[in-house]
Order: sequence, then C-alpha cells, then structure tokens
Amino acid sequence: MAMDAIRVAGLTKRYGETLAVDGVAFAVPMGATVGLLGGNGAGKTTTIAMLLGLLIPSAGSVHVLGHDMARDRFAALARMNFSSPYVALPHRLSVAENLRVYGHLYNVPELDGRIAALASELEIEALLDRPAGELSAGQKTRVALAKSLINRPDLLLLDEPTASLDPDSGDMMRSLLERYRAESGCTILLASHNMSEVERLCTHVLMMKKGRIVDRGSPDELLGRYGRETLEDVFLDIARNRGASLGVPA
Amino acid sequence: MIYRHLALYRRSWPRLAELAYWPVLQTSIWGFTSTFLLARGGSAAAAVGGMLLGGVLLWEFALRSQMGVAVAFLEELWSRNLGHVFVSPLRPWELVAAMISVSTLRLTIGVTPAILLSYLLYAFNLFTLGPVLVLFVANLMIMGWWVALGVVSLILRHGAGAESLAWSVLFGLTPFSAVFYPVSALPAWLRPVSLALPSSHVFEGMRAVMQLGVIRWDHLAAAAALNVVWMAAATLVFARQFRVARERGALLVIGE
Repeated sequence: MAMDAIRVAGLTKRYGETLAVDGVAFAVPMGATVGLLGGNGAGKTTTIAMLLGLLIPSAGSVHVLGHDMARDRFAALARMNFSSPYVALPHRLSVAENLRVYGHLYNVPELDGRIAALASELEIEALLDRPAGELSAGQKTRVALAKSLINRPDLLLLDEPTASLDPDSGDMMRSLLERYRAESGCTILLASHNMSEVERLCTHVLMMKKGRIVDRGSPDELLGRYGRETLEDVFLDIARNRGASLGVPA
Repeated sequence: MIYRHLALYRRSWPRLAELAYWPVLQTSIWGFTSTFLLARGGSAAAAVGGMLLGGVLLWEFALRSQMGVAVAFLEELWSRNLGHVFVSPLRPWELVAAMISVSTLRLTIGVTPAILLSYLLYAFNLFTLGPVLVLFVANLMIMGWWVALGVVSLILRHGAGAESLAWSVLFGLTPFSAVFYPVSALPAWLRPVSLALPSSHVFEGMRAVMQLGVIRWDHLAAAAALNVVWMAAATLVFARQFRVARERGALLVIGE
C-alpha cells in the first residue's frame, strides 16, 4: 500500500474555551494536490500550522511523509516547504540573499544554479538584487513561492499562494505549480479562497467549517453532490448552511 | 543563519557603526574620568582610574554578548520571519548557536575600537592583565549568553512587549556585578545576590590582578561554576518557553 504524504487523526486544537480545530481526520496520498477550503476562522491555518509542527495539537496525531511530527518533525521538515502571505522574508535582505539563506538552511546542493533556475521560472531575475521589503505584494508572493520551492520539496503546504497576484501572474503561478507537480511528483496541500484555482489544481477538496471537515471529495463529486456548477457555489452552500436542504451533511 | 546576519550588516553601515558607538562612548567617559583622577589624586587615584576603565571594557564583553544574541533573535521577530525559520529543518539549538556566533562577531566589531581607544588615548592596555584575561572574557561572554537566553524566553512568552529587555536587562545587573567597586562595598544583605553572579567574581579577580598582581583562581572557579548553573537553568527555561510558544501558536504571530 502506498504511503500517504499526510495522515491526520483526531486532530484537535483548543485555545482555552475556543475549539479552533475539532477532531479532524484526513489523509493526503503521495502526489495528490488537495485543497483545504473554508471561510475565515474555519481552522485552515491552524491545521496547516499543526502539519508544519509550528503548533502543538491539543489532541490527535500528525504523520507527514511517514514521520510522526510529535517526535520526529525535523526529518519531515527537510523534505517539505511552506509559503504564506502572512509570514514574511527578512525585508532588508535582497531576494537573492533571502533565497541563499533558505538554500543553506535546507542544505540545497548547487545553490546558485538552483536560485538562477527558480528566478527564471518565476520571472524574478530582475528582482534578485532588490531588498525583499521594497517589492510589491505580487512580487513578494512570487519570491515566497521561489523560497518554498528552493529545496525541491516532496510536500508543499501553500496558504493562499496566489493572493495579491493579478490574473496573468496568478495563472503563471498555477501553471508553474502544475508543472512542478508533474515533474517532481510533489504532494501539495493548498489553502485558498480562489475557487477557480482549487478547481484547476486540486484532485481532492476538504471543506472546513468551525474547525471541522464538513465535506470532502473531488471537485466533480462536490459539484454533483450539491448540484452546482462552480465550487464557489458549493462553498457558499456550506458557509450558509444550505447543504442540509440538499440532503448533504452540514 | 550566520550568513543571514552578515548579509544584513554588509548592507547597513549605520548598524555597523552602532555596534561600536556605545563601547567607544563608555570608554571615552571613563577614560576622561581616569585622566582627571590621575591629574588630581596621584598614583592611588590613577590605579582606581585604571580599574574603572578595566571594569568598563570587560563589562562591555558581557553587555555586547547579551545584546548580540537578543538582537539577532529580534531581527527575525521584526521581519516576521520566525514562521519560515521554524518550519525549516533548523533545530532550536542550532538557531541559538548561530545567534551566539553572530553575537561574537558583533562583539569583536564593537569592542575592538574601544580597546584601541583606551590604549591610544588613555594609555590603558587591557592586555596587561595577562593570559587570565581570556578566562575573564570567556566567563563574561557566557554570562551574556545565558542572560540573553532568558530575554529570548521572555520574548517568546510575552511577545514584542518584552523586547526592551534586550537592551536593559544587563544594565540592571550592573550595580550587583561589582564592576566599579568590590562586593564588600555593597550592603551585607545584597552581597549574596552579587556573589551569585559570575560577573562579580570576574571583577573581583580583575582587581586582584591589577592591585596585587595575583590570580584569584577561587573567584575564577566560582564564576565558571555559576555560569554552568545559570546556563543550564536558562537553557531549561528557553526549552520550556519554546514549547509553550508552539502550544500557543506564538511562532506565527509573535512579531505582530
């Protein structure tokens, strides 16, 4: 049986009286691209933080690339990476220096060549000598994506990877992710509010609400189950509790 | 991580200048004070002046070591970069080792001009203390590191609100560290506090060398033993607070 890239069971995070994530269980097969969808406060970022080992769960287990994140997270962290518009890169360092720092942290061989290749693919060559803090929001997103690919990760966790990008740049990023996945066999877990992005990239979707996974399936399965034409309508059905009227568990 | 800080300082001369600013300023103030004492009070006053300058210069090793580690951590916090650092394979102890290395580089850049200044302007040569100077300096640097670990722990616990401690905490220990006067000058009830600090033993040892020409190995041994105890305690506190930060989710939001 093929190993799952991510296997989560009974994952719970409680902050005092607040239950941010409530007994979540799911598995992401190797090579899959899975979308984690939900409104603000649904528990997506908290779930990703627990997958990364940044946050210790109140209960439950997380296995990433075969490693128990409670006991052996550094072995998994070397083979994964992460991008989020909410976590910045040192703004006084140039883009090239930032990529070099993370290349060293991930012990990337032939680092200069890797940086040049990523700069070319992401069209950030002209930005390499500029301080990261002086970039536009869209440029920062592209640089953050370059950082997340620096170690050729087997597992990529992306929190809103195309936020702040114009449609053209967003499309370029999505093409790059598709190409990288096809070439590397990388597994991707993607939290996004961009439903067309999820429909295009994801083979499977997890719908979160109030800390729970309330529905799951391929985009086509969800569209069929809710009788909708777009994932955005499915998202709205779930967010506004219309699933029950359609005979779907809320 | 060392490269990250080298890159930062390489492109910012004000940051480099700031490293030497306070040590040079302190040395200037106490150097002129020593010169004044020498002019008014003869050789006895000159000896006191020399001990003041020696105290200032040696204390800078502790101060700059502590600030170097704490500021290296704050740089990550200010740039909201901790999330990226802690999802890399970098282990916390590796981060601490990098911060200590950066701190040592900062210390070298910061204190060297002050040592040169004290020699050129005030004819005070710190190296006349002899090889034991290495042990004095090592103990003070280690003290700076464990105090910094305590500060970083407080920042992990209380966030950016605790960052002012990075600059102030060791100044707060100066009155108890026997930098400018012997432990016996303190009230009796304060002496145990003073003797619990490695720095007090280092400065008692410094004065013994300067006044009597003897090396007080008992004070050096006490300083080393206290450093071991305090470093172990600070490491435990740091490990505990790092775990608490991971439980609270503080590593993602600590700079905000």
